[in-house]
Amino acid sequence: MSSGDTSMTTDVTDPRELEGADPHTGERGDDPLLEHGQEIDPVTGHITTGHDWNGIKELNTPFPKIALWALIISVVYSVITWVLLPAWPLGSTYTKGLLGVDQTTDADAEHARLVDLRAHWREGFASDDFAALADDADVMALALPEMRRLYADNCAACHGAEGQGRTGHGVGGAQGAGFPALNDDEWLWYSEPEDIADVIRVGINSDHPDTYFAEMPAFGRDGMLERSDIDLLVPWVAGLSAGTSDPDSEAAGIFADTCAACHGDGGTGGLESGAPSLVDAEWIYGGSEQAIRATIWNGRSGHMPAWEDRLSDEERNMLALYVAGLSQAGAQ
Amino acid sequence: MVLRLHYNLEKMSVGLVVGIIVAASIGGIVEIAPLFTIDGTADVPADMRPQTPLELAGREIYMREGCYACHSQMIRTLADEIDRYGPYSVTSESVFDHPMLWGSKRTGPDLARLGEKYSDDWHVLHLLNPRDVVPDSIMPAYPWLMSPLDTRDIGPEMAVLATLGVPYTDEQIANAATDAAAQARPDSSIADGFADRWGDRPALRAFDGDADEVTEMDALVAYLQSLGTLTDVAWQNPAEEEGE
Ligand code: HEC
Ligand code: HEC
Ligand code: HEC
Repeated sequence: MSSGDTSMTTDVTDPRELEGADPHTGERGDDPLLEHGQEIDPVTGHITTGHDWNGIKELNTPFPKIALWALIISVVYSVITWVLLPAWPLGSTYTKGLLGVDQTTDADAEHARLVDLRAHWREGFASDDFAALADDADVMALALPEMRRLYADNCAACHGAEGQGRTGHGVGGAQGAGFPALNDDEWLWYSEPEDIADVIRVGINSDHPDTYFAEMPAFGRDGMLERSDIDLLVPWVAGLSAGTSDPDSEAAGIFADTCAACHGDGGTGGLESGAPSLVDAEWIYGGSEQAIRATIWNGRSGHMPAWEDRLSDEERNMLALYVAGLSQAGAQ
Repeated sequence: MVLRLHYNLEKMSVGLVVGIIVAASIGGIVEIAPLFTIDGTADVPADMRPQTPLELAGREIYMREGCYACHSQMIRTLADEIDRYGPYSVTSESVFDHPMLWGSKRTGPDLARLGEKYSDDWHVLHLLNPRDVVPDSIMPAYPWLMSPLDTRDIGPEMAVLATLGVPYTDEQIANAATDAAAQARPDSSIADGFADRWGDRPALRAFDGDADEVTEMDALVAYLQSLGTLTDVAWQNPAEEEGE
């Protein structure tokens, strides 16, 4: 609004000094902005500003009462909250408020409460007495949802939602990484929960100082076997799970000399050395001849991360029991 | 009375302008003033290491591919998040992040503490096609990440970050491209100087499984494996220690 407009308005006095309303506008008499000589718009019944722009007049609708009250209430509300809650920045600190509300301490307190709530059954898992824990149906019933959650959050991405594992594929065809099944009764290492808990703690080929170490040597690439021997071994190993491999063949002899020390006689595994059984239908890296050739030629060494830092003792023990249980469920 | 003041103010253009400026600057000052002292609000943790050139390149790829649209990197102050991911994120964990990638959308899990949770192999499989490892995943596949990494911009980027307070030395900046390649080719001759410049904390590995070529996959996996491993400051919160 320019100053020119201002000069057009005449007769501005304090509305409270007015002695009642204009007789023509009886019901609007309490409007604090109504002034003598002001015009009432016949259509809306509101006063106008009194300006006339080429015949067009501007309404001077009073500020709605409800909005005025909303404004007043919100100002009062904010003043109260400034006093009670963290509010104003003061350089590198802020006004903390009388209630002492702080999301971080709240979260810590709430988390401590959660820990407390579960303590009566969770603390049992700090013990290594897995047999007793597994037999305690009440504790296991309480723990199972937590075990499932822990497994889904941390293990399922590699070992599969049901522990079914994942046979290697991906980069470079037969080169891909593989993740062993945990729901079968074949173990690279151990089948007892206390030992499984240790595998989970330090991992396999991980960066943990006590990690389990397992490596399938690169027999071809490192020249430990002739190509012709590998050519014999590949179909023989591939036939093991179907039982079609002749135990008296030349390949069987090579296997006994070179491979059985880790994979067991006839490739049955179970030596707790990290080397899998080759006679079952489960493969980590694939049971095709191409995949087996890649395994024997380039070697393999799967990486199971260590969980000592990420999960607590109780959590790892829960998982060990859960994983051991998967294979029992799978075997049935 | 207030209304009348306003009514009259509206008729004085200069007064009205002054009033608007005063009202708007209160809001502005409240928002802007804390920024002047922001350096004092977040300390650099004593054990904090800045990201290596390769990790930095991976961070750029993370931004380029819009991973932050589905993944946050901030554990919120909520009890169940502490339960799932560990202690909530603190500001000083991201003092060297320009820009920070906290994010707010979580279609996928939070990645703030992802480092060393999975193997490199898993990350490669997962990024090439998430459904190869997580059958129900709705995360997009990023097959083009196996292409060679362009290392030319890393040095200049580090120089810019240095002006923002990330403690990169001139020597680190000058050798950025070499060190980026060296971190993904641990057995090559160029790997020798890496430890001198970066210490023994960053992992030297063929992140994508191929030690001959340095790919975008190397960079992104190196970055992902570094998340949450740069400092342990979040664990130094005394209330947290008894909680976990
Ligand atoms: C990054 C992928 C990955 C994740 C995540 C992972 N594992 Fe593994 N895990 C492996 C690989 C790979 C092996 C086999 C290592 C080898 O090939 O020598 C393995 C082996 C194991 C074994 C030994 C199996 C046997 O037959 O002896 C157990 C037990 C195990 N994992 C449990 C777990 C549990 C429990 C979790 C969750 C806390 C988990 N793993 C998370 C990749 C993973
Ligand atoms: C030093 C011990 C060792 C010797 C000797 C050895 N292996 Fe292995 N082998 C392993 C280990 C350990 C693994 C598992 C690697 C992994 O998962 O990380 C393995 C894995 C395999 C696999 C992959 C199994 C699957 O489920 O995908 C095949 C096939 C195999 N070995 C065949 C052979 C043959 C054939 C020989 C003899 C030429 C042999 N191995 C000798 C330790 C050995
Ligand atoms: C459309 C949304 C979406 C985008 C974009 C996306 N992700 Fe994901 N991400 C997911 C979902 C959903 C999951 C959970 C399922 C899975 O593991 O694949 C996930 C899981 C992950 C995980 C496993 C986390 C864990 O702790 O299990 C990683 C790592 C990951 N994403 C990295 C990335 C990277 C790096 C990018 C960018 C190149 C990216 N994501 C882009 C949705 C997305």
